[in-house]
Amino acid sequence: MSVLQAVVLLLVACGGAGVVLTREPSRQALVASLNGLLLTLMFVVFQAPDVALSELAVGTAAVPLMILLALSKTRIEARRTNHKDSQ
Amino acid sequence: MRPRQRAIVALLGGALLAGFLWWGALGLPSFGAYAGPYGDVVNAAAPADRQVQNVVTAINFDYRALDTLGEEYILFAAVAAAALLLRRVRTERQESDAASVSESEPNQPSEALHAWGLAMVACTLLFGVYMVVHAVTSPGGGFQGGCVLASAWVVVFLTGDTRLLHRVTNQNLVQLAEAVGAGAYAATGLAMVALGGVFLQDLLPNGSLGSPLAGGMMLVINAGVGLEVTAGFVLILLEFLHQTSETLEGR
Amino acid sequence: MDHLPYLVAAWLFVIGWYGIITSRNLIHLILCLSVVQSSTYVFLLAIGYRTGATAPVFNDVPPGTPAVDPLVQALALTDVVVGATVTALLLALAVQAHKQSGTLDPGGVETMRG
Repeated sequence: MSVLQAVVLLLVACGGAGVVLTREPSRQALVASLNGLLLTLMFVVFQAPDVALSELAVGTAAVPLMILLALSKTRIEARRTNHKDSQ
Repeated sequence: MRPRQRAIVALLGGALLAGFLWWGALGLPSFGAYAGPYGDVVNAAAPADRQVQNVVTAINFDYRALDTLGEEYILFAAVAAAALLLRRVRTERQESDAASVSESEPNQPSEALHAWGLAMVACTLLFGVYMVVHAVTSPGGGFQGGCVLASAWVVVFLTGDTRLLHRVTNQNLVQLAEAVGAGAYAATGLAMVALGGVFLQDLLPNGSLGSPLAGGMMLVINAGVGLEVTAGFVLILLEFLHQTSETLEGR
Repeated sequence: MDHLPYLVAAWLFVIGWYGIITSRNLIHLILCLSVVQSSTYVFLLAIGYRTGATAPVFNDVPPGTPAVDPLVQALALTDVVVGATVTALLLALAVQAHKQSGTLDPGGVETMRG
């Protein structure tokens, strides 16, 4: 096992822990995007270019965007309920 | 159970689980000592037998095409279920308070962002189509290329505004494309049955090694999967955006 | 050092599982689930790796050079894409649950009735 593979694996472990330990969802989406990039690096180092291509498009762009859109939807919903209650 | 009790139970159970996983991981063969015969057999057989260079594509769309059929339909079902749920939320809300919603005026992004987005969308679309088309000669395929193509719509949303995204995207066309892509997979398998073979047996002529048109049935399935993955992700994005385009009046 | 990828996969699984159990927000829970999924990708690719081998794409190397196992890559590849759409479905469920109960706390979401 080369040094590069060991370093990338440890980075992936830290990235996963970072995603879990970030409790605020809007910040967690950004950490998840970084985690996706680290996973892509790991897949490249493990000689899996196909998996790296899918993970890059999905993990860094699509999933964090969906999370932020879902969060914004819940905040709009909460504001709408408060607005209706206060009328 | 209160949060503190839950955390203690989680820590204890997690420690037990981690202990067992540690013990099991140390009993595995060491990393890099790959002994299994299947990988070597497929790596030798796919270029010679199917005339393709990307063995992963050959496994996905030929040797194990039935498994990929199942995976693609999981994707289709998840997209359909997400769209169903989000449309139900939308119609429920429209029934309950039809008077207090209005289209918001979106912020106009800067010209530099528009220009950058234009360049990015062009590059992303080109790269995505390249990846879908060159499935058998270089790392690529329907799944990867479909994800990259769908991220072009993400770029349009991020550098433009929601109205621009809705103007360039016809939702009915996207739904039709997704259905066609998903149906093409099973239709190809049935066509192989009609040609005299079994379901998803490769009966189309294989090309020559190194040509992007090699592989026979793989190319048809690959195009269908690329179309379906792109349309599925774009549909999910559109459904999520419909949720956030309405705000309270007087904001 | 020989078993580092398997240990990293086990670590990711356990930390994601811990995050799911102690989560107080549905969206945080969904992201912890995706961390658990990523542990399976690490594990799959570590099984199929061969030291000194190249990717199983014989584009610029002649067929016959030692390559890593392509089957686990095919599994992980479809897994990544399908996992993303299932995450989208879970997010839609979270949005619906928030609409029904007004909260994203897993403990505060009401159980189904009737």
